[in-house]
Amino acid sequence: MADKRGRKAGSSSSPAPAKKSSQEVGAKGDFDVDGDLDKNAIEEFFAPVAGFGVTMASLFSPVVTEQYPFEKKPTAPRYHGRHQLNRYADGLEKCIGCELCAWACPADAIYVEAGNNTPEAQYSPGERYGKVYQINYLRCIFCGLCIEACPTRALTMTNEYELAGQTRAEMIFEKDELLAPLRSGMLAAPHPMVEGTNDDDYYRNEVDGPTPTQVDWVRERRPEDPTLDAAEAAARTRAEQGGER
Amino acid sequence: MTAPSEQKSPAPVEEVTLTIDGVEVSVPKGTLVIRAAERVGIEIPRFCDHPLLKPAGACRQCLVEVSAPDREGNVRPMPKPQTSCTLEATPGMQVSTQNTSPVAEKAQRGQIEFLLVNHPLDCPVCDKGGECPLQNQALDHGSNTSRFTGVKRTFPKPIKISSQIMLDRDRCILCQRCTRFQDEIAGDPFIDLQGRGGGTPGYEVHGLHAQQIGRFDEAILDYVGGETVTDDDSVGPMGEPALVSATAGNAGTVGPAAVDASGRPFASYFSGNTIQICPVGALTSASYRFRSRPFDLVSSPAIAEHDACGAAIRVDHRRGVVLRRLAGDDPAVNEEWITDKDRFAFPWQSAPDVLTSPLVRDEETGELVPTSWSEAVHLAAQLLTGATGGVGALPGGRLTVEDAYAWSKFARVVLGTNDIDFRARAHSAEESDFLAHRVAGASMDVTYGDLERSPQVLLVGLEPEEEAGTIFLRLRKGVLAGRVKVATIAPMATRGSTKMRAEVLPVVPGGETEVLTALAAGDSEHTQYAALAEALRGEGAVILAGERLGMVPGGYTALLKLVEATGARLAWVPRRAGDRGAVEVGLLPGLLPGGRPTAEAQARVDVAAVWGVDELPATPGRDHTEILAAAADGTLGALLVGGIDLEDLPDPALAERALAGVGSVVQLEVRRSAVTEHADVVLPVVPPTGKSGTFLNWESRPRPFETVLEGPGMSDAKVLDMVAEAAGTDLGTRTVTDTYAELAEFPGWDGPRHEAPAVEAAPTPELGAGRAVLATWRLMLDAGRGQDGEPHLAGTAHRPVAMLSAATATGIGLQAGGNVVLSTDTGRLELPAVLAAMPDGVVWVPQHSVGSSVYRSLGVGAGAVVALAPADSEVQS
Ligand code: SF4
Ligand code: SF4
Ligand code: SF4
Ligand code: FES
Repeated sequence: MADKRGRKAGSSSSPAPAKKSSQEVGAKGDFDVDGDLDKNAIEEFFAPVAGFGVTMASLFSPVVTEQYPFEKKPTAPRYHGRHQLNRYADGLEKCIGCELCAWACPADAIYVEAGNNTPEAQYSPGERYGKVYQINYLRCIFCGLCIEACPTRALTMTNEYELAGQTRAEMIFEKDELLAPLRSGMLAAPHPMVEGTNDDDYYRNEVDGPTPTQVDWVRERRPEDPTLDAAEAAARTRAEQGGER
Repeated sequence: MTAPSEQKSPAPVEEVTLTIDGVEVSVPKGTLVIRAAERVGIEIPRFCDHPLLKPAGACRQCLVEVSAPDREGNVRPMPKPQTSCTLEATPGMQVSTQNTSPVAEKAQRGQIEFLLVNHPLDCPVCDKGGECPLQNQALDHGSNTSRFTGVKRTFPKPIKISSQIMLDRDRCILCQRCTRFQDEIAGDPFIDLQGRGGGTPGYEVHGLHAQQIGRFDEAILDYVGGETVTDDDSVGPMGEPALVSATAGNAGTVGPAAVDASGRPFASYFSGNTIQICPVGALTSASYRFRSRPFDLVSSPAIAEHDACGAAIRVDHRRGVVLRRLAGDDPAVNEEWITDKDRFAFPWQSAPDVLTSPLVRDEETGELVPTSWSEAVHLAAQLLTGATGGVGALPGGRLTVEDAYAWSKFARVVLGTNDIDFRARAHSAEESDFLAHRVAGASMDVTYGDLERSPQVLLVGLEPEEEAGTIFLRLRKGVLAGRVKVATIAPMATRGSTKMRAEVLPVVPGGETEVLTALAAGDSEHTQYAALAEALRGEGAVILAGERLGMVPGGYTALLKLVEATGARLAWVPRRAGDRGAVEVGLLPGLLPGGRPTAEAQARVDVAAVWGVDELPATPGRDHTEILAAAADGTLGALLVGGIDLEDLPDPALAERALAGVGSVVQLEVRRSAVTEHADVVLPVVPPTGKSGTFLNWESRPRPFETVLEGPGMSDAKVLDMVAEAAGTDLGTRTVTDTYAELAEFPGWDGPRHEAPAVEAAPTPELGAGRAVLATWRLMLDAGRGQDGEPHLAGTAHRPVAMLSAATATGIGLQAGGNVVLSTDTGRLELPAVLAAMPDGVVWVPQHSVGSSVYRSLGVGAGAVVALAPADSEVQS
């Protein structure tokens, strides 16, 4: 103990104990530091290979190595991964371009420019939509403050953690990379809002899918749109169910 | 040049002493309690109060508890909290604000809660979010939660109340700052308070409309017969198209006071100020809609470049792109107001045709090709120094003092010529003489403050609302306060002069000389001018002469005689930001820096000493038109051209001939222009955002500004310095600091000044049948290149019309509502006719509006005689 104390003191910058320490080391010799003089015979016999005990024990314990990237393990459900910009059930975007996420971001990783919805190009419910949306994953620290700031629940985090790229520019994700994919039955934006609803109704999740009017609107303007058929089917089903009710 | 004039100290004001939160403060009698509190650093929350508007007590946010001595002197509490923005301080008053009084605190908290009852709180989609007084004060003085659980009152939105201004009535807190501004300051009450009461919940629309701000529009107020007009540029909360209210596309029913000359509902030239003073996001602009948040913006103070007023502005940019401009606060100049042109007309500085690299003309293809600076500069130096017959310099009127100085020195030292003239507009020799005699080198005399106090102001050749908005606001302020009387010598009463309650001395263009002479003669002969002639002889009288007086033969001669006869003070008001500075540094053929006449040997010696050269050219130079004529006929071998627009010139065709015919053209420009097509070397220079410098405003007040956007671009002064260096001369204008240091070296000039002009008035033109004298000036919003790229602003411009008297109209057989055709040998101009009270035989048209470019179409300017005919008759003949 005295020795330890001495070494510790010796490492400090105080000169007096350092002197004392060198005296002590000199007195006790420089080998017998752990006092293993009192080991019994068996212990003494195995002493040269004692270190393999750990190795042997580990050989028979369960393997924890992960075979990433060949096998991927799911993350914890609330793991903070890549962001996603969500959509309403009819395919309109939830983001209104308010920039609150950018404001909340402590790393200044988010860049947003809002746009003006027009009757011919309605991307989100209401007056305003996010025209340009970028997250720089070289800056993002995955703190999730942006998610807390988002007033429309447009921005959430996925569990996706594979974020690597060859260039800096590649690490700036654009809106099209961040937007949630259109689930089957959703109608690609832009298209008008569901008739008779306002932005609050969307926010309260009162819109559960596209309506035939929306589908017709898109068919007239973008007949090639790949989401049309599934959306039409969904709209028809829901219209029938609505009719029965 | 900088000394302000002697200000009369105001009469001593009685002081009253009161206590606010236990702090004693003495303030001049009549001070409002809210202002008195500011003096001792106590901030009372407020929305409707604005120091430059009359008290309204509309928002009730500034409630404080007050006790005041009664007649016996016992201090008694007032029974209820009082609005501190309407309450004048009285002696012995004891005020307790939210800081010390639970009553005041509770009243304010309650008031915020009331304001928020119907407030949408849609801050995420609101343009004011992040810089919103309501947000801030709700956080500071409001409750954390609302007790209101009902359905909020909502209105259809947004409403376009002009092509630029959008209204969201849900967010409006009815503080009436906007309506008070338009009424009290601008004089265009195009929006007003309508309806009564708090309204009903939801989107219900019915005749019992709630109290709201807006233009009078039957459809929006749900009156029978109203026609709903929508706009497809934006949508409301339900995805429905925005409403258009009583604007260009939708006349609605408006009284005569609310229409412009063309009969179209009127949008104010100052409407942008309402957006800035609206304490919530109820008024927003179409051009800034949803474009950024305050934390994205870098704000820099700057000076507006569109007129000679020198208004202070704030430029907000996001990552190198200017997104908006706001009024700066400069009590000595523009107070807190700017014109819509100063506010919205900035996209020209980053237009797609902005030049970024030097261009030279390829010898083989004849095309302009980008090249390196060193090559372009050397070629420019070679062309300019090698030109046979000399070089003419046309710098234009938009330069800073520093750049103008570089041009002045470059012309004399490198080009060795006095052929330099900044006046890219109609001009005369009489004007040069006047400027050299009276304006150049004169110190600051008449100020904005004087305009607000002068008992009599005479305007000649100046339409302040169109040509110098800040002057208009100051004069109107003085007039409404009862201190100022305005008289104007003009062909007709305009909206601007009506709003200034100006006495109009009607003249046929060219007749200004006669009126000025009559005023100078006094009341003996011309009784109709007697009162004005008398007033001009009174103390503090001011005469503002616009640059258009230069087109009137004998105008400046008579003006100087009038000034001499009356002792009134005189100021010259040009149109462009760089004009006054250009006069100061000698961008005129007969003038050197500091008002030194080129003809004076001593003046040349002085200047040559500062410039370190042996001598300066003594031969008098040519003026703008003469330079162009000499270039066209081959006398001059080259032209050095700055920021000029050919459409501004009295003879655009001559300019085109000159540019096409002259040996070589070197251009210094911000944007590609009509001159570029003829240029051999194009050297790009930066717009005002890209450089620092100083504008001299009409008062002669220096208005320095710093660079807003740093970049690789260079100012005129720096580019000229490089060209000079390539030509083997050191111009010494590489930096603003160098230029300033050199300007300071000029000693004052006390030698003889240039002779006063002595020009006879032109004889009154003989008018045959179907002929009229042309009156014309530029409108604030017109076809100028400075307003490019801003369609929302262009939508608020006045529609061009031709104005003439009823008798003139009858004389040519014009039917009501018909178009009138003006024609000369050069061409014709057809515009809708509007009858106005003006002298017979005069026709007014806007000088350079869309569809009305007077110089281009008619080849003549104000004072010329044009043929007049109704549109259809001409078609028949
Ligand atoms: S993601 Fe959310 S917080 Fe960010 S801009 Fe869009 S709506 Fe606003
Ligand atoms: S006016 Fe202010 S409080 Fe109201 S929605 Fe806009 S930002 Fe929010
Ligand atoms: S629009 Fe703005 S400035 Fe006008 S009354 Fe409403 S809140 Fe006040
Ligand atoms: S600030 Fe006093 S009532 Fe509005």
